[in-house]
Parts: sequence; C-alpha cells; structure tokens
Amino acid sequence: MTTPADITIDEVRAILSTVMDPEIPVLSVMDLGIVRSISIQDGRIAVSITPTYSGCPAMDMIAASIRMELMSHGFFDPVVTLQLDPAWTTDWMTEAGKSQLKTYGIAPPMARQHASCNDLFREESVQCPHCESWHTHLLSEFGSTACKSLYKCDDCLEPFDYFKCH
Amino acid sequence: MSTTNIDTRFTEYLLHLADDALILGHRNSEWCGHGPILEQDIAITNISLDLIGQARNLYQYAASLIGQETTEDTLAYLRDPVQFKNNLLAELPRGDWAVTILRQFFFSNYQFLLYSKLQSGQDVQLAAIAAKSLKEVTYHLRWSSEWVIRLGDGTEGSLKRLQNALSDLWPYTGEFFLPASYEAGEYDPSGLEPDWRLKTAEIFQEAGLVMPSSKAGLSGGKEGKHSPDLEFLLEEMQVLPRTYPGATW
Repeated sequence: MTTPADITIDEVRAILSTVMDPEIPVLSVMDLGIVRSISIQDGRIAVSITPTYSGCPAMDMIAASIRMELMSHGFFDPVVTLQLDPAWTTDWMTEAGKSQLKTYGIAPPMARQHASCNDLFREESVQCPHCESWHTHLLSEFGSTACKSLYKCDDCLEPFDYFKCH
Repeated sequence: MSTTNIDTRFTEYLLHLADDALILGHRNSEWCGHGPILEQDIAITNISLDLIGQARNLYQYAASLIGQETTEDTLAYLRDPVQFKNNLLAELPRGDWAVTILRQFFFSNYQFLLYSKLQSGQDVQLAAIAAKSLKEVTYHLRWSSEWVIRLGDGTEGSLKRLQNALSDLWPYTGEFFLPASYEAGEYDPSGLEPDWRLKTAEIFQEAGLVMPSSKAGLSGGKEGKHSPDLEFLLEEMQVLPRTYPGATW
C-alpha cells in the first residue's frame, strides 16, 4: 500500500472512484464529474467538489464520505471544499458512468447540444434503458430527485428515470 | 450582528435575493403531499428544493461577509419579519394551484432575467451562484409557462381560477422592478421590466389571458414592511430553532 507521504494524484483519483453517490449507488463521484480539483501538500489532501443542483441534499453526505474514505487510507484531516464555479454539467459525466447508469435502469443524459432548449411542450427523445426502444414519452419533467425526470416506455410499458441533461 | 468593515448594502442585497428564494421555496413546499397529481406534487417540491438550495448558497455567502457568529441558519431562523427583504409576492399564501402556478411563473420569469444579468456581474461569487441558479430557474420557467398555458387553455373552470389568480397577484408584480435602497447602481432591477413584460405577454397570449392595464403598485417587502402572512410563515418555519436553540439531530 502506498503511504500517504508519496501518494500521487492518480492514486487519490482511484480512491475517490470508490466513493459512491448515496442516491445513485452505481455512480462514483469521479464518474459523476463533480470532483473539480485534487491537491496534495505535505501528505495533506484537499479535494474540491461542485454540487450537481443547488439543493442537492446528497452533497453534505458526499463530502463526508470523501473525507472518511481518505482518512481510512491514512490521510490526516483531508479538506473537502465546495466550489460553485464553473457550474456542473452532465457533459462532465464519464462514459463509464453513463453506461453504469443504463445498466442500473436509469437512462443516461444526452450531450447538451442535442437536448438543451427552452421551447415549451417539447420532449427529448430518450431511449428506454430496459428494452432500448425509442418509443417513450415524458411523464414528468421532475422525477424522484432533482437530477432526474420520469419517462415511460410505450413498448415494454416500464416507467423509468432519465438523468436529465443539465 | 456587527457589520464593521463590510459593504452593508451588498450583504443586504444578498439577503434580499436569499429571502426571495427561501420564502418562495417554503411556500411551494407546503404542497408536499397535497399536489393535484403525484407527478406535479413531485415537480413543485423539486422546485422548492432548488430554491432553498439557492437560498443556502446566498445565505452562506452573506454569512461569510458578515462574519462573527453568523451562519446560514442564524440568517434563516433567527431574524424577525422586519429583517426579511423578500418581495411581498413570495409570502402570499399558496392559494389554489392556479395561484401557485402563476406566482411561480412571475417569479421564474423575473429570476431568469435577473440571474442572466448577475452571472456576468462584478462580484465573482455572486456571479457563480447566479450561473448555477440560472440552470435550475430555466426548468422552473419552462414548467410554469407550460402550466399557465395549460390552465388558461384548459377548461372554463381552470381559466376562471387563473383569471382570479391574476387579479389577486398582479398588483404585487411591480415590486420586482422598484429599486430598494440597497439596489442602487449595478443592482438596479428596473431595466429588467421590459423583457419581463414581453415574456409575460407572450405566455398570456397562448393562455388566453389579457395583460392587466392596472398599475402594479403594492410594495414594501423588500424594505422589511410585510403582511401578517410572513409572520405566520416564519413562526412555523422558525419554531424549532427558536424553542430549542442549537438543537441538532
């Protein structure tokens, strides 16, 4: 095991890849794209994270989980700070994260340029994560958490969450 | 609370923005478990969550400038009604679904323009909060616009309710654009009014509503002069931290 004194940034990234979003436990904080910077000075680690949504109730728990995971690797009093700028976007989610989401039953976000518009009554066309049909419709723009909306598949008839593009 | 060495006007402005978001978010949260259908119950409470999150960012920033023992919690829970600087529109009772929808549309329309401007403002941290909030407000504006159209273009009954909501709420909409003492200069909101009216007229046309010609002259909330509605709201919201100071769980 690497001792805290000579750990590299990549090794810290690997540790953070085991810290999961408490509301979507297949996504690590690295996959989610919320880790904005990591710095190491004299064996002391500082991690800066950005919230997905302003009111995301998981942020405090995520910050605490990152601290605990780093402490369990022998780091004394790691610092986790919240950074608002630049604002988080789903474009920062990794491809691995998107495919894990799909396996978990949540339709992953599409690239922003394909989806973001302010037109009223428009629906993004979203692929069903269960049967891969594109024959789906929006039930509600707001789903079980701020980052998701609720869809229903017209072929397999299953409702599903869509991690909306942000 | 001591305010030495800080720009009091700027912190007052931050508190005004935060109070709008908190009070509106709290009012919307009253729908939790009472929404007309499950999906819209979830939608309005998600919007509450966004607004209360935005309020937290603003209170945290204000608290860091005020210093001393001030925290986001003392700002939200331990100030009296006269210290709150929210628009009167935010504190009005939630009313029926039409009132809630129309108020949300008026607010989101205003916040969209406001945050679009603030995201390129002088203050870096406020610009970051505005840019973050704007992404969420964009959803709120789209959702509330659609619902104004749905109710207006729906049944006779839904149109009637929306028209009643309009006559109740319209007089309060002028306060958005009436500069408070702390809004002079860069933060003067009066320049946002033409675009706000344009968007309102566009949605009203689709909803079959007529833009009122009457003056929207009710104001005072931004300067701490509130209706009894805010007192009841705060009494409920603040009762726990005031009864058991420092309580945690």
